Amino acid sequence: MATAAEEEANRPFAGLSDVSISEDIPVEGDISVPVGPSARRDDEFSTLDEPVKETVLRDLRAVGKKFVHVLYPKRSTALLRDWDLWGPLLLCVTLALLLQGGAADSDYQGGPQFAEVFVIVWFGSIIITINSKLLGGTISFFQSLCVLGYCILPLTVAMAVCRIVLVAGSGSVSFAVRLVVVTASFGWSTFASTAFLADSQPANRKALVVYPVFLFYFVIGWMVLTFSPSQ
Amino acid sequence: MASTNDPFQFQEFEEAGNLLEANRNATTISIEDDDIIPEKQRQAAGFSPDDEDALASDDKTELLSGLKKSVPFWTFEYYQRLFDVETHHVKERIIGSVLPWPGKNFIHVYLRKTPDLYGPFWICTTLVFAIAISGNISNFLVHLGKPNYKYTPEFQKVTIAATAIFSYAWLVPLALWGFLLWRNNKIINLVSYSFMEIVCVYGYSLAIYIPAVVLWILPYEWLRWCTIVVALCLSGSVLVMTFWPAVREDHPKVIIAIMSAIVVLNVLLAVGCKTYFFSKPQALPADKSAAIEVTKAPSTT
Repeated sequence: MATAAEEEANRPFAGLSDVSISEDIPVEGDISVPVGPSARRDDEFSTLDEPVKETVLRDLRAVGKKFVHVLYPKRSTALLRDWDLWGPLLLCVTLALLLQGGAADSDYQGGPQFAEVFVIVWFGSIIITINSKLLGGTISFFQSLCVLGYCILPLTVAMAVCRIVLVAGSGSVSFAVRLVVVTASFGWSTFASTAFLADSQPANRKALVVYPVFLFYFVIGWMVLTFSPSQ
Repeated sequence: MASTNDPFQFQEFEEAGNLLEANRNATTISIEDDDIIPEKQRQAAGFSPDDEDALASDDKTELLSGLKKSVPFWTFEYYQRLFDVETHHVKERIIGSVLPWPGKNFIHVYLRKTPDLYGPFWICTTLVFAIAISGNISNFLVHLGKPNYKYTPEFQKVTIAATAIFSYAWLVPLALWGFLLWRNNKIINLVSYSFMEIVCVYGYSLAIYIPAVVLWILPYEWLRWCTIVVALCLSGSVLVMTFWPAVREDHPKVIIAIMSAIVVLNVLLAVGCKTYFFSKPQALPADKSAAIEVTKAPSTT
């Protein structure tokens, strides 16, 4: 009887290592302590085997989803929760490339160089993030970088539109059109980023955090607007 | 230290209170001890009064007198304390720097021992971009209509503007602070400013230049000189009124040297920015622009 009781006592543990569960004591569920959510463990195992296209597309889809969040900004935590810096990098490189080919022949007093755009975007974002953290914000460093980087999207779109308009002509009509487009996208960027960042600050300091963001997008908008093609 | 509860302690208490009003930096240890020690003696049951009083007086001194623990400057918390301002504080300080009132010392009235770094840093940054952008726009307006003018954004000027303004706003306060510290060793001053307070005053005093720089876009020389003079007067008077109490008791030559140095550096910054970033507008209308170009070409930067 003692051995039978021992056997029965050992049975639940034995049932784990066995694929087939003992018929005497049906054990339901899993009493092992999982290291992480079991779904992710399956993913980690399976992402090694999936085709590269699948991996790349998954990241691209995440980036694209965040683009949509920026274009229709509402107070959602999706951008904050799964932050990534691929999107900002993509946007920064695109913007810097589009700002080239302007008065960049041999005139050194031309527009911003590629490195200058990078420095302004990334150091500007870092300084704004440090500023918001010093003012007591609850948002983390990389989340803030992610939000500021993604909200450059409207200005990048405006840059592309400006280059297309400049192909058509560069008189005052085109300047007026470019001015309207850049102003609208600058307002959009500022509004989108404050929709994400404003919640992380106490009410009596919101303006102190929003002003640097305004200045940042203003400077980028200025760079977009003053792009003049080489003729 | 006296630890008895006799009526003479109250006279001392009043004196300490008067001293506190005259000089906010006075230690308030004597007051706190007078408050606590009678209580402690009432509650104490055989404790050695010195230890208990020392600890309690330290804690209470800190809490009640509002003195901050000094945090080393390499921790994040040190800088967080320098950003401990609210929106209306910043607004008040900017207005106080733009509208100086005789008798209202900026540091005493607005800072009140809580200097912040937010104002100086963002005012300097805004000024840098304002100068670069306004200079660009004004150059464009001046040369508008000339057939051979090719517009360039002149982005390199941002770096130059940043160097000039940030060195004015940070190195001049450093030099001034060092100098005042040196003079303080020779002459006892009631008023002494910390480095952060001086940086704060200099930063906020640059706030008047932002609207002035935007006004310089319009290509009228008389307008530019008017705005420079007004801005210099306002910002110079803020600085002079702030530093007057700190050097009042010094040798007259030293007073004159410091005050003139403050004013001259301010003037140099304003006139230098105007000359370098804003080219001279044309004196005659545009239909004579061909002749003007030939004569003005050597004088424009």
